[in-house]
Amino acid sequence: MAQTVTPILSVHPTRGLVDEKFKVALENLPPRFPVTLHSLHRSEDKDYWEAFGYYVSDDRGRVTVSEDVSLGGTYTGAEPMGLLWSMRPVPGSRTGLRLRKMDVRSPMVVLISVYKGHVFEGFREQPPMASAVTERWYMAPGVQRIDIREGAVRGTIFIPPGPGPFPGVLDMWGGGGGLVEYRSALLASHGFVSMALDYMSFETFKTHDECLSYFEKVLSIIQQHPQVIKDRVGICGLSLGATVTLTMAAYCKSISPRCCVSVSGSHVFPYGVSLAEVFQFKEMDMGKARLDEQKRVIWHDMILPIPTDPQRKVAMGRIKCPLLVVNGDDDQNWATVESAEDMAKMMRAAGNDHLLTTLTYHDAGHLIEPPYIPHFRASNFIIQHSKQKVVMLWGGQTKPHSDAQEDSWEKILAFLRQHLYPCPSSSLPQAKL
Amino acid sequence: MSWRSCFYFLRAAHKTLYTLQEQLGLLGRSGIRPSSTMAQTVTPILSVLPTRGLVDEKFKVALENLPPRFPVTLHSLHQSEDKDYWEAFGYYVSDDRGRVTVSEDASLGGTYKGVEPMGLLWSMHPVPGSRTGLRLRKMDVQSPMVVLISAYKGHAFEGFREQPPLASALTERWYMAPGVQRIDIREGGVIGTIFIPPGPGPFPGVLDMWGGGGGLVEYRSALLASHGFVSLALDYLSPKVAVADDQSLVYFEKAFNIIQQHPQVIKDRVGICGLCLGASVTLNVAAYSESVSPRCCVCISGSHVLPAAKSLSYVINDGYKHMDKLLVDEQNRMVWRHAILPITTNPDEKLDMGRIKCPLLLVNGDDDQSKATVESAEDIAKMMRAAGNEHLLTTLNYHDAGHLIEPPYTPHFRASNFIIQHLQQKVLVLWGGKTKPHADAQEDSWQKILSFLREHLYPCPSSSIPQAKL
Repeated sequence: MAQTVTPILSVHPTRGLVDEKFKVALENLPPRFPVTLHSLHRSEDKDYWEAFGYYVSDDRGRVTVSEDVSLGGTYTGAEPMGLLWSMRPVPGSRTGLRLRKMDVRSPMVVLISVYKGHVFEGFREQPPMASAVTERWYMAPGVQRIDIREGAVRGTIFIPPGPGPFPGVLDMWGGGGGLVEYRSALLASHGFVSMALDYMSFETFKTHDECLSYFEKVLSIIQQHPQVIKDRVGICGLSLGATVTLTMAAYCKSISPRCCVSVSGSHVFPYGVSLAEVFQFKEMDMGKARLDEQKRVIWHDMILPIPTDPQRKVAMGRIKCPLLVVNGDDDQNWATVESAEDMAKMMRAAGNDHLLTTLTYHDAGHLIEPPYIPHFRASNFIIQHSKQKVVMLWGGQTKPHSDAQEDSWEKILAFLRQHLYPCPSSSLPQAKL
Repeated sequence: MSWRSCFYFLRAAHKTLYTLQEQLGLLGRSGIRPSSTMAQTVTPILSVLPTRGLVDEKFKVALENLPPRFPVTLHSLHQSEDKDYWEAFGYYVSDDRGRVTVSEDASLGGTYKGVEPMGLLWSMHPVPGSRTGLRLRKMDVQSPMVVLISAYKGHAFEGFREQPPLASALTERWYMAPGVQRIDIREGGVIGTIFIPPGPGPFPGVLDMWGGGGGLVEYRSALLASHGFVSLALDYLSPKVAVADDQSLVYFEKAFNIIQQHPQVIKDRVGICGLCLGASVTLNVAAYSESVSPRCCVCISGSHVLPAAKSLSYVINDGYKHMDKLLVDEQNRMVWRHAILPITTNPDEKLDMGRIKCPLLLVNGDDDQSKATVESAEDIAKMMRAAGNEHLLTTLNYHDAGHLIEPPYTPHFRASNFIIQHLQQKVLVLWGGKTKPHADAQEDSWQKILSFLREHLYPCPSSSIPQAKL
């Protein structure tokens, strides 16, 4: 029977950027024929991730994923990108996995296949009717990747193609540490010189000022790049990186960002100590950390209640640039929504709340990444200073979290473009038509 | 090592972009910012989607963050495998929101005019100062064609090297989709390359042949495999392949069998596609082979006027014998279309088209200066009508298209250098065609060729399979 059904499966574009939508389509099926569309990806860690949706061909024997409704599987409804964002580790995988691309010079390769009938398991045991391979890239063609090793500064700079000059972005991830490049690569693919910074593995700072001067140095590296517009450099941070972002925006003296993006961050210094002390890995007050019934760590309450003591949080009244705050209200890792409310209160009191834009996504979790990356409610995490291995609960429900990633990314790009790309001068002579 | 020297050192690693840019003097060694104050206030955002596409995929080029009603030139630049530079450009004016959308806005001039989403590719021509008689072909299909798209201030028609653009983007154009396998074939004397689509198969197959220029030309096969056909690009003219003096069709039958017998090919779903001399071979095999029968055939810019059962070298030599009919135009370009005119009425001098037993698609340009393909097609139709098999024939004639009807968006050139294989003589051949109609013909015919192949080679889904109850 398989031999009489030779569907034609297509994916457009065959090679796309990670945030580009694709169109998956099937034709040459019998009419009203049940099929399962399946995606498979092998991560850099050698784990397999998959997603699938159930479809029925129309009267012309076609399935068009961007228009038709999935009747079940790892996603339901009309979801053009469901085959990517609803991926999860295949049965039998190791637990607590997180999908991240560390080498951005090669693409994520995804195998899209179509199976007869509505299948929920055993994808390995039966041959598909057809398959297609698609590549998902973090780097657009022409984007350059350059290692930065300058004194204590360790990072990677990504430069868009073209003469420039371009706006710049300092990009920081969370307390998990390491040099995470993919968001920077994607920002450069959208026209920003972007520097991914590994700020967790350097010598400790003795003072708050030493800490600040380190970050000022980093910002100036970007500003001084010959292809960067000096007064158009912003900062983007997630989680602990967001706290660093807010600290820089408020306290840096010699240099200041044009705008800031804080994703799943807080203005409350973690662990009740100043940022410099955070990096000294002082003893944290872990008293308010909880475990859920599956022994997953919930850090959400650690900074609650939001302190009233101004010494324990960033002085939001000092911020002089536009600030975009992006949070999920099911964030189990950090009390970001409560923090955002307090930030707004502080800025209102200081008279600078016109600079603030807050986006709160219902049922999204902590790790709000670029779009179409799979969501996972919890994953393995190594607590930096104690080297303890736990399973961290990030939160979020898959569909709302994925929608949040897609929507917030668009808004982050629009915000950065609006504040960092110079408005075209209206005094330029215009074409006479 | 300071980060700055890192930058210059690593710059060299990105050869493609910097070779282009350094040649154009866009990035000075000192990395000086554009000096014009006006350029500094205009920082447009240029995007090309998809960033990496198949050669036959349309792209969307767009500009934003320009001042309103601002004149710009969109420019494309490509360095061929032969190291020649090709370029195209269009003149645009941004709308009131400071945007230019190439797929919707009209180009006011340049190498193409009007609303032409793909004009930056198909209207490319060699940059001023290039060698003459150039033809753009991608021989290595495992790497993409890289095209630099740039936006310049104002409406420029030259001097793209002397001024820095406002913005640039790089896009890749691939003949091979991800997952397509490329395998060298050296089997029983047959020389070629097979391309296999990803997936378990089985797939229909296509034997793919180019023209009298010879060599192993893979790109159409690679593209066919990217669309779900196992495709064999066949080298049948090189000296390595001693087929030219072979009077029989054995070589082509062997090649056809190689495809048929491939474990991932549906045995009774193999077709043949040929251009120019390859098209004549296609008709020859379809009409006279006793051991192979293609399920369908596509003949691009071909003719049936060749003596059957004669060797290829006889056929080729025969063509050049009619020197009195071979014209040379005022620019010293060879015009070969009259060689077979008028179409002979002697049945011994042409293939018996009444013997064709499978669907046949003919694709021709009526400005073909190299071969009288339109007249041949009329004669083919006449012969098939008389024989009663005309229902198998579909003919597509494209007005003002030339001889070399290639996959879409490949630049058109009215003439190019050509080496007459057996004489080892280099001439300039007039292929014909006018750029815009020829480009349209390439785009339209490719779609129709793919549909034709799908229709006849992909099995129809069986209607007796149980259907879902909804």
